[in-house]
Amino acid sequence: MSKSNKPIVWGPFAAGGTLTAFLIPVLVLLTLLQPQGLSYESMHALAAHWAGKVALAGAIFLSLWSAAHRLRITLYDLGVRADALAAAVLYGATLACTGAALYYLVKI
Amino acid sequence: MSRAPYVRPISAREWVFRHPRYVRYMVREFSCLFIGGWTLLMVWGLKALAEGPEAWTAFLQLLRSPAGIAFQLLTLAFALYHSVTWFNLTPKALPLPFIAAAHYAMWVLLSAGLLVISL
Repeated sequence: MSKSNKPIVWGPFAAGGTLTAFLIPVLVLLTLLQPQGLSYESMHALAAHWAGKVALAGAIFLSLWSAAHRLRITLYDLGVRADALAAAVLYGATLACTGAALYYLVKI
Repeated sequence: MSRAPYVRPISAREWVFRHPRYVRYMVREFSCLFIGGWTLLMVWGLKALAEGPEAWTAFLQLLRSPAGIAFQLLTLAFALYHSVTWFNLTPKALPLPFIAAAHYAMWVLLSAGLLVISL
């Protein structure tokens, strides 16, 4: 029997699901209300600090990965049987977008 | 040789509306489109942040456009549903007393804390 890669894809899904459950509602509320904390100076200071960069990159990766994993399962539920292709496209897009985020974070 | 088993044909999209429970399941699953989409929007925001103050102001204005507000309100509703369903499942993953209540308390504290330091 071949080894299962389930723990590898499921670990970040569970971590991302927990992180987004705690943070997305309040963060969306903040981007809606746009308080002083969302000013260029505050956000630039956050993203310029190494700890801020690590936190932002990690949160973006986990959020995108859990969304990609859930979308993969949902596509299967809706009758899309090309699971290997869906997995490759969705996880690949997650890695590409996390790479883009890292690129912008390094530039800041 | 046995015959291939009979599989009753069912439209792949038909089962969802057979029971309210399946609809609620699909609503929960579709939250990933909004949470993922909003996260991509934030990656776009990082690009604006890297480009400078004018690009950042334009990004904030995009978030304040009618389409931006509509998308964020939908994301907020789906994200709240994701949070509630996620925390309600915690006793199954971690069977400890008050584990769901502990997650809800932590959720409220974290959200209130982030709101206060951002004002």
